[in-house]
Amino acid sequence: MTADVSDAALTPPSRRGALYVAEYRLRNMWKWRGSIVAFGIGNPVLYLASVGIGVGALVDANGGGVDGVPYLVFLAPALIAAAAIQGGTDEAMFPSLHGFIWSKLFFSIRATSVTGGQIADGVLLATVVRVVFTSAAYWCVLWAFGAVGIGSALPLIAVSVLAGSAWGALILAIVAGVHDDSGFLSLVGRLVFMPMFLFSGTFYPLSSLPLAVQWIGWISPLWHATELGRWLSYGADLPPWQAAVSIAYLLAMLVGGTLVARVRFERRLVA
Amino acid sequence: MWLGEPVIAAHRLVKQYGDFRAVDGIDLAVARGESFGILGPNGAGKSTTMRMLTATLQRTSGDLSILGHDPATAGPLIRAHLGVVPQQDNLDTELTVAENLFTYGRYFGLPRAYLRTRVDDLLDFAQLTDKRSAKVESLSGGMKRRLTIARGLVNEPEIVLLDEPTTGLDPQARHILWDRLFRLKESGTTLVITTHYMDEAAQLCDRLVVMDGGRIVAEGSPAALIREHCPREVVEVRFGSDRNAQAAEQLADIGQRHEVLPDRILIYTDAGEADLQRIVARGFEPITSLVRRSSLEDVFLRLTGRSLAED
Repeated sequence: MTADVSDAALTPPSRRGALYVAEYRLRNMWKWRGSIVAFGIGNPVLYLASVGIGVGALVDANGGGVDGVPYLVFLAPALIAAAAIQGGTDEAMFPSLHGFIWSKLFFSIRATSVTGGQIADGVLLATVVRVVFTSAAYWCVLWAFGAVGIGSALPLIAVSVLAGSAWGALILAIVAGVHDDSGFLSLVGRLVFMPMFLFSGTFYPLSSLPLAVQWIGWISPLWHATELGRWLSYGADLPPWQAAVSIAYLLAMLVGGTLVARVRFERRLVA
Repeated sequence: MWLGEPVIAAHRLVKQYGDFRAVDGIDLAVARGESFGILGPNGAGKSTTMRMLTATLQRTSGDLSILGHDPATAGPLIRAHLGVVPQQDNLDTELTVAENLFTYGRYFGLPRAYLRTRVDDLLDFAQLTDKRSAKVESLSGGMKRRLTIARGLVNEPEIVLLDEPTTGLDPQARHILWDRLFRLKESGTTLVITTHYMDEAAQLCDRLVVMDGGRIVAEGSPAALIREHCPREVVEVRFGSDRNAQAAEQLADIGQRHEVLPDRILIYTDAGEADLQRIVARGFEPITSLVRRSSLEDVFLRLTGRSLAED
């Protein structure tokens, strides 16, 4: 005797799909914990020792610091934001290329009750966790080097997390449309990340650059996060309207990137 | 005759990509507990049909009901009760064998405590208990396939859908896999299997449809399809590729029907041995000869004019 299924009350699927995907990503990250921690701590230590202290000593000796503070203090908010954005790139881009192209893992997840949009949310959630860790670790090293005060911990980490997550959401939305990854990685690295790192007022105020290339900073989440960070860290001069625009810009990138990523994941995975 | 509502029901199901109709208005119904096959050559529309049945590909038109629900509106609900074994093993190569099962179970929202036991059971079912801590990369093709099938069972699905489950496996690995699928069938799980191997369809399926060019060209049990479309036996004779056509003309009165393939002549008959003797008595000396029972391959050849092996 078989049951009639026309009115079958199937057990509804869990609504926590995004959490399960994030759990998988974190489980995967745990396998790489050694290199994630080494990179999270080692990278800022090396950076601060070479550029912060080395170049900083030169800058401080010749010009008495930048923006009225020692070079290391000026540099610190930019470095923590850059690290968060790098972390956001890594966690949003590689798992997504893996999921869509290399191992096609997302296609096995979409065969479960998890939706395409939940997969996007889950990857982004794990990205946020990674960015929180990266920012917190970076802040600790900055503090140990005397580049930031204890009071800057929460605001500086929060701004970095916002920037890293917003950038991660944007990367997620873009990668959802990548079908052939040859060239994509070097394109992002050389034509997007490197110019952003160099032309976002990271190592010197954006106003020192010719106006023709200042736009790179204006559209860069790194510049917005750096400006906010300098204001929060050592009280750099930042008009309230500019602070509001920077926060709104990063929030818009986070929300917009997430919404577009959800739609593109859903379309690609359940055509 | 149905004992209840079908768990899968499709009516005039169409999937169109631009001008190309991959699935062209098919009707099918699968009963609970049935083992249902979709047989056809590559490009027949099997995998596209399968993706629609797994609620991961939206149809262009027609009606489709899976477990009483429309996949266009209830995809996640339906998928929560399906076990899907895709054509390619998309296992997580960075996780171990056991972790693959555990992680997949979590996607269905299954509790960790339950999964610890469930994973053990599935490893046992897939005969992979001694490989539980091995990385997926180190497994053989057959083992990966069994793991993919075990993964598809983690949520105790009502329907298990397998797309080309044994393609690319060696004969021994295929037989091990068939044994596992038989056990599933015996346990009452509804199976939907696409394959281009007629022996697989004959072994595993209670009932099947033959697809060609996006359409269903025949439907029935393997035995009924053979009975309906072919005489009982086939005499296969080879005279060399340059002589087959000429020989076929001279043997036209032997058997009920001939198929002349590039490498051999198939003579359909109810008396294979007797007809082979008649061929030899006429002075023909085939390079090789064989009398066998008609199979689904012959049904396919009859219905489409092509051999499954040609595709």
